Amino acid sequence: MTDVSEHVASLQPIVWHEPRPSYDVVIVGGGGHGLATAYYLATRHGITNVAVVEADYIASGNTGRNTTIIRANYAIPEAIRFYKRSLELYEGLEAETGAAVFFRRKGHVWIAHTEMGMRTERARVLMNQAMGVETELLDPAGVKRLVPQIDLTGGGRYTVMGASHHVPAATARHDRVAWAFASGATSRGVHVIQHRPVTELLRDGERVVGVETAAGPIRAGIVLSAVGGRVSQLAGMARVRLPVRTHPLHAFVTNDFAQGLEKIVASTELACYVSQTERGQMLIGAEFDSQPSFSRISSFDALRSYAYKITRLLPFLREMRILRTWAGLCDISADFSPIMGETGVDGLLITTGWGTWGFKAIPAGGEAMAERIATGRTPVLIAPFGLDRFRNDLAMADQASAGTR
Amino acid sequence: MHELDCPRCGRRPLDEFTFGGERRAVPDWLTDPDERDVDEVWVFENPAGVATERWFHAAGCRRWLTVRRDTSADRVVEVR
Repeated sequence: MTDVSEHVASLQPIVWHEPRPSYDVVIVGGGGHGLATAYYLATRHGITNVAVVEADYIASGNTGRNTTIIRANYAIPEAIRFYKRSLELYEGLEAETGAAVFFRRKGHVWIAHTEMGMRTERARVLMNQAMGVETELLDPAGVKRLVPQIDLTGGGRYTVMGASHHVPAATARHDRVAWAFASGATSRGVHVIQHRPVTELLRDGERVVGVETAAGPIRAGIVLSAVGGRVSQLAGMARVRLPVRTHPLHAFVTNDFAQGLEKIVASTELACYVSQTERGQMLIGAEFDSQPSFSRISSFDALRSYAYKITRLLPFLREMRILRTWAGLCDISADFSPIMGETGVDGLLITTGWGTWGFKAIPAGGEAMAERIATGRTPVLIAPFGLDRFRNDLAMADQASAGTR
Repeated sequence: MHELDCPRCGRRPLDEFTFGGERRAVPDWLTDPDERDVDEVWVFENPAGVATERWFHAAGCRRWLTVRRDTSADRVVEVR
């Protein structure tokens, strides 16, 4: 444990610049993916004539609203390879940037309650091991050993049949991650422009040549949409049609509790997952609404239903109080995998479809998009995740790895 | 949105209903037949505003409803 003053000292300043009328690269969206792309453009490729244009303040969207879980235990090889890279970059992030992002390795216990669920976890373990990711299968006794607080009968209703245990899974402080990338990028000359909603895309013929904002246009050699939540609207400005629906996902924290829940505990079948924060709060994520919407309001009914399920699994949570609840907007793609790369419109790239798996992907997504922008070639790591995969019948179906539904 | 006003059953809690997806048309400006097929199969309009949707009253009259809903506030405008 590092002491608090050391964490404060490790907060690195973000340098604010006076905006220019034109840049080589304009990134729309000052969340994790936008800021990480800017950071890797500056550090890996020496491209610093870059602006990140954010409608609100940085990390005000899903980057500051997720449940901060970092893991690579996906079910399809392309996704495992990608998230494994992201995990590696996260592991080195504090050393590389000098910013404390509170990266803590915890392990992720993914519980199954049915034979069908166990089959999914068995397949996950085999696929992970084949790809060099450390994931092991647990029987109920093994689950109890790692998570002593668990009720293996699931309150007599959701029997624990076993789990997969992803050893290197971790959590990190989400806004710290955004600040680390923002300070690293801005100290090298990248501009971060807050409170500038993009209202239109500037076109020259078919090509996108910049963005229009309430405070005037910004010209760009290339525009990257790293927008979360309003991505269908932004892409629609260039008549790019997306297989994406936006659903709110709810999460909440309880009061502080003595440190004791070491693992991240998740159940897809109950659509919930819980981890303990550095402060001791229980951070609980739940399911997303079945109907798409842009509303961030959690209802009492929804909270009651999430609390009911998680307390069957971890009865000690009954003694806790829900302190705070919020929702993020998940852009869920039709095949439950992200979309990165070309849009089919010259001058406009996209990184989207990050609903429920965006935070863990920030470094690898940023690194790959920066390489795409700098070299003009799509890196092998993200090539399977292009928007054209839907047209080509190469959908990357991986719903079982979302952790919720 | 917590409840839906079913024309047959009255005001019922939302968990009695199943979301059946948005009702949408492929835009006229898409003229290439292949592009229209891709759009039909994969694309969501995903509007931040009023959407026309189908909902199934699974635990009630078991009929399909057409609901107009403002997605920006998750509020029902009209049920038919």
